[in-house]
Amino acid sequence: MNIVVLVKQVPDSGSERGLSADDKTVDRGSANNVINEMDEYAIEEALKIQEAHGGEVTVLTVGPQQAAESIRKALSMGPDKAMHVVDDALHGSCALATSKVLAAAIGRLSPDLVISGAESTDGRVQVIPHMIAERLGIAALTGARKLVVDGATLTVERQTDEGYEVVTAATPAVVSVWDTINEPRYPSFKGIMAAKKKPVETLSLADLGIAADEVGLSGASSAVVEAGKRPPRQGGTKVTDEGDGGVKLVEFLASEKFV
Amino acid sequence: MAEVLVVVEHSAGAPKKVTLELLTLARNLGEPAAVVFGDPGTAESLSAKLGEYGAAKIYAAEHADLTGYLVAPKATVLAALVGQVSPAAVLLPSTQEGKEIAGRLAVKLDNGLLTDVVDLAADGTATQAVFAGSTIVKSQVTRGLPLVTLRPNSVTPAPAPATPEVTAVEIALTDKDKLTTVVDRVVEQKGSRPELTEASVVVSGGRGMGSADNFKVVEELADLLGGAVGASRAATDSGFYPHQFQVGQTGKTVSPQLYVAVGISGAIQHRAGMQTSKTIVAVNKDPEAPIFELADFGVVGDLFKVVPQAAEEIRKRK
Ligand SMILES: Cc1cc2nc3c(=O)[nH]c(=O)nc-3n(C[C@H](O)[C@H](O)[C@H](O)COP(=O)(O)OP(=O)(O)OC[C@H]3O[C@@H](n4cnc5c(N)ncnc54)[C@H](O)[C@@H]3O)c2cc1C
Ligand SMILES: Nc1ncnc2c1ncn2[C@@H]1O[C@H](COP(=O)(O)O)[C@@H](O)[C@H]1O
Repeated sequence: MNIVVLVKQVPDSGSERGLSADDKTVDRGSANNVINEMDEYAIEEALKIQEAHGGEVTVLTVGPQQAAESIRKALSMGPDKAMHVVDDALHGSCALATSKVLAAAIGRLSPDLVISGAESTDGRVQVIPHMIAERLGIAALTGARKLVVDGATLTVERQTDEGYEVVTAATPAVVSVWDTINEPRYPSFKGIMAAKKKPVETLSLADLGIAADEVGLSGASSAVVEAGKRPPRQGGTKVTDEGDGGVKLVEFLASEKFV
Repeated sequence: MAEVLVVVEHSAGAPKKVTLELLTLARNLGEPAAVVFGDPGTAESLSAKLGEYGAAKIYAAEHADLTGYLVAPKATVLAALVGQVSPAAVLLPSTQEGKEIAGRLAVKLDNGLLTDVVDLAADGTATQAVFAGSTIVKSQVTRGLPLVTLRPNSVTPAPAPATPEVTAVEIALTDKDKLTTVVDRVVEQKGSRPELTEASVVVSGGRGMGSADNFKVVEELADLLGGAVGASRAATDSGFYPHQFQVGQTGKTVSPQLYVAVGISGAIQHRAGMQTSKTIVAVNKDPEAPIFELADFGVVGDLFKVVPQAAEEIRKRK
């Protein structure tokens, strides 16, 4: 089973993040950029399936030059090769445009299975997997906490507010995963060394037959018109428990009419 | 007045609160028209409540295929409806399914999409809180109509009684809509507590709880306040509490009137899911815990003393 894993580079969610002042796109220049956390679970799941069923695992990233670092990091976990779509015109792309580029790249790789994270920590849109499936006319099984591969049949358990759903489809398909699905491996020293020699194919928009004005800021289907920092919350009263902390807490709740 | 399509999320025979929020918001942009997906009879059973919050019309998309396959059929039906009625906007809940339907609809219509919106103006300008709530942006769809998903608990539902007329929607699906079959829906636990994202009070426990058993302390306080129970990732990862109750960057985003953080340090990824709460209260034994930087009221102390005492005090006052 040939698998494409979608890996996005994002600003570290544990650090200060912002929008750049000039064009209000995600500030990637000053940020500490890392692999989107959920995508590490996607890589792990792909490797587990490869171990059980064979085939090839390809990392696919749409992103700026610096995303190459994250691609190497992803490869050091074990995938065989990578495809990096990089083009200045992509800067500021909306989800709709990003899904178009991803779908075109996946079309060239024609895998049996695409695995992605359930959401990215910068945009948190959670739409890319279904957008890709819609564009390619293939099945989507999203939000997986468990994936079972049986021949060409995929079965996924996905968490809902009330419990979970079990959904099934045949390959080719897109599966997106949450962090409950597995425990990503750490790259070994050997893996890190091997990653340096793994092939990374770099493609431009032209290679994919996509015009520059279909993507990026000029081709975006939505726009940020205003952006500002939310005023930081001010800490309020802090009391130290001297045997009456619980009572004081309730006095506060009562003063705010919660009790 | 142009119609505003509102996709109804419902469970156990009632619209969810976010649906009432959407109907309230839709009235800024036009005449709310609710779209109900479900088995035959669903729209009729929801119509009184939807009417109470201003639905002038209800489009009933009732067929077993709509619930038997994942998401895709709903997007197809919605796209056809958009073509028929040329609505002023399409609004959905910012839930997993709401976003997924919206994503497919955006592709079908080649229409921009704004997710996790907390407010929407009459001209379609949406307000979003991004990067763990630290940045507020205003955005617009620049291609197509405003296609927006609303984060639950962003708007106060306000009644505006109407008598909706129920219209059956024609359902024309293709094989491509039926690629992913739902074989089972399992209800794990549906207790008496309100749903996490819709609750007006949330009491969350963190690593400081120490064990699954100790979560009783948090549950007791939540029940006395009529609230939902949440957990930090450290607590869900340690198996203290089920994963679906995780609050934060990789869990649920909550925005209740009152958020009580118990034994939670207040890491940036946890804040991401709760810092737009109206009032924040924290109990932590470490006076330097970052959670105190955003707490309106904080108690430095042992949670196993403070929280049970608070519960006892509430009981006394009742
Ligand atoms: C990409 C990414 C995504 C993440 N997503 C999330 C997310 O969605 N949600 C989330 O919560 N975290 C998330 N995290 C993890 C986050 O960084 C923190 O590790 C986590 O929030 C810590 O949980 P905690 O506060 O319960 O634990 P700790 O940080 O260990 O804090 C426990 C607190 O309990 C206090 N305490 C202990 N015993 C007692 C006692 N008896 N009485 C009173 N106080 C006591 C301690 O003083 C301490 O402050 C994410 C991390 C990453 C890298
Ligand atoms: N530019 C990108 N390159 C590669 N994968 C991406 C990109 N954007 C999104 N993805 C994938 O889609 C998933 C969901 O992203 P999102 O819909 O943006 O929340 C991510 O976890 C990634 O696996």
